This record gives sequence, C-alpha cells and structure tokens, in this order.
Amino acid sequence: MRLAAVQPLVAFAGVGVTRDGNALVDDVDLEIAPGEVVGISGPNGSGKTTLLRLVATLLRPDRGEGTVFGARIGTSQVFGVRRNIGVVGHEPALVPELTIRENLDHVARLADLDRSRIVPVLETVGLAGAADRRVRAASRGMQRRAEIAQILLRDPSLLLLDEAASGLDRDAQGLIEALTRRVVSRGGAVVTVSHDPAHLEGCTRVLRITAGRLSA
Amino acid sequence: MSLWRQAREVARVDLVVEGRVGETVRVIVPFAVAALLVLPFATGPNLALLRQVGMPVFWTLGVLFGMQIALRQSANDTDARRDLYALAGLDPAARFVGRAMSAAALLVVFLAVLLIATLALYDTPVTGDMTLPLAVALVLFAYGMAALATLAGEVSSGLRSRGALASLIVAPLSLPLVMGAAQTVAAMDRGTGILAWSLLLLASDIALTVVGVAVAGPLEESRT
Repeated sequence: MRLAAVQPLVAFAGVGVTRDGNALVDDVDLEIAPGEVVGISGPNGSGKTTLLRLVATLLRPDRGEGTVFGARIGTSQVFGVRRNIGVVGHEPALVPELTIRENLDHVARLADLDRSRIVPVLETVGLAGAADRRVRAASRGMQRRAEIAQILLRDPSLLLLDEAASGLDRDAQGLIEALTRRVVSRGGAVVTVSHDPAHLEGCTRVLRITAGRLSA
Repeated sequence: MSLWRQAREVARVDLVVEGRVGETVRVIVPFAVAALLVLPFATGPNLALLRQVGMPVFWTLGVLFGMQIALRQSANDTDARRDLYALAGLDPAARFVGRAMSAAALLVVFLAVLLIATLALYDTPVTGDMTLPLAVALVLFAYGMAALATLAGEVSSGLRSRGALASLIVAPLSLPLVMGAAQTVAAMDRGTGILAWSLLLLASDIALTVVGVAVAGPLEESRT
C-alpha cells in the first residue's frame, strides 16, 4: 500500500516581490508541511515581513507561483482560505477605538464564531480584568495579548509570528509558545520570523533570509 | 455568514467608531452650517432670493460636504484593520455594502441637520405635503452619495493622490443623484409628477451598489 504524500500547507516556487525597483523578496522556494515550526532569521530590512505577508496571502507576488492551503496567492482563491491563517504582526490587527472585548466580538461576528468563547479566551490570555479597555488606551503588551486572544478565538491552522516575542514579558511569551504548540498539535504549522536567533529556539527548521533571498 | 450579516456588522462597528471619534458631528456639520451662513452675507438681506435658492444651496452643500463624510468613512481602514478583515474572512463585497450603509446613515443625519438649518436660515417654504417626498429623496440621495464615495474610496485606495482622485470620481458621477434629489423636491413644489426623478435616484443607487459589489473582490485582489 502506498502512503499518500503529505500536502504542504505552503508551497512557493521562485516567488519574488519588487517595489520601487527594489527586490524585497527574490526567487523564494519554500514548502511548509503540517506539524512544522519554521523559523526565519535575518537582519532588519532583509525581507522577513514581506515574506510573511506573502505566506499570509496579504501580498501579491510579482514573480513565481505560490499556494497556501492549495489556493494560489495573488488570486481571489485566497479569500476562502484566509480564515485558516493567524498573524501576530508589528501592528496589532485590531480596531483601536473599540475595547478589547468588542474587538473579539467583532471578529466573532464577522467570522461567524461561537461568541460564548470570548470570556474563556480573555481569561486564558490574562485580559479578563482589562477587557473593557479600549485598544488605543491599552499598553503594547496588552494589545499583543488581545491579538493572541483574537487568534485563539479563530483557531487558525497556519500561525505566522512576526517578531512576536519582542518586548513581551515571560508570561506573554509563554502564551505565544502555548499557541504554537496548540496549532502544531492540531496538524497546523507555524512560521516565526525574528532578527534574534534566541527567539527561534524550538523551531523544527530555521532558514535565513538575506537581501530577500532565502537559504537553509 | 451571509454577505448581508457581514455588511451589517461592518456598518455597526463603523458607526460605533464614528460615535466615539465624533469627527462628523464635531468638524463637518459646523463647517457645513457655517457655509450656509456665508451666502446671505454675499447676497445681502434679500429674503425673496434666499427663499428661492434655499433648496439648491442645500443640495450643493449636501454634495460637497456629503462627499467629505463618505470619503472619510471609506478612508477609515488602516492597513492593520484591512488585515483583520481579510483574515476574518470578510467578503470584500460585504465590506463595500457595510461601509456604504454606515456612510449613508451618517449622511442622513448630516443632511437632516443641514436641512433644518436651511429651512431656518433661508425661510425656505416646505409644506406638509412635501415632507414625505423630501424624506425619500434625502434618504435615496444619501445612500447614492455614500455608495459612490465608498466606491471611489476603494478605487483610489493606496494611491498617493487618493484624495484628489476620489473627489474627481465622485463629483461628476454625483450628477444624476443631485438632479434626481433636487428635481424631486422641485417637481413637488410645482405640483408635477415626481416618479421619474425618484426612479432616477433609485436606479442610480441600485447601479452604484451593483458596480460596487461586482468590483469589490477584484479591487481587493489587486491591492494585495
């Protein structure tokens, strides 16, 4: 009996992005299988965030071809798979004028999720006492926790962490580690990028990106 | 989740945010009312003339300031909020409809305040018979302007010349809306039929919604 090959969650071939004449990411070949935790290191401006936005389907490549959950990036196919993707990025993907609880409620309503999970999720990330604080008035650490809460609520299969541990206390870093374990244990994958190699410990594979080019 | 439910949620949150930021009430309404005050100073105390130009001035200011309100609504999205919506699986068409609905709600309130100010300052004659057609024209005009400005905002999103381009799109395309609204009221005043003008407004609203829904996906795709 032949075992079916495991389909990669992410498959890029020769993907590149150029803006204002500069190749931000160039000729990237990348496959990410379920259960992997892929670390990507590189100096500032090397293309880490651009690569992560490509994987998140939030950026269209100028060259090459790529699929995420089988959907071709840069096409309307990605609209159907984006719910499976969670991103903890530089800027919190939250509405600043809403409270933390309202943000979770907003996401739950848009994505048709079970709203009764909001309170348990807030308790998990330690924000139960600050749930009614507006995001704009919350500290950076609280905003990051709120973003993690939003991702917990959505329960994605592909988690993308962009310098997610930077500036966080031990407890919050522990939340990200727990989130990573949860995604992997459910058959998903995690991509984490950082300029600090210490933040990539525990990855199953670490790649390096320099001037937009990815290498092992 | 249906497009309609997602659109309602986008509109609800837009209005909550507007209620907290209060930009429309605090900035645009006072400016529009101040603009109403300028004309009587320019014409002098000619009450007959003011009565005559009251409604045309109202619709003109409605276009100019309404465009500002609706474009401001469509420009609300930060990159982070766009990412939030994309990853929450929000249908781009639902975002368009929701944004148009929230802008329309703000425009209705804005136009109502502006109308009251116009009636008071210009002594514009509006009889009881005109109330319903005027309200219908106002709501259809508000939705049309909101849909048009939301569409223009989406088309010009991310461009450096966004503000100028969006205004250039809205100004000429708002012509059927202004004609429909102004002529509905004028026809009522003359005692002639209003159906044709009301249908022009309705047809414009439907056409703008159909175009907005149809291009929302491709525009979202091209923006990534």
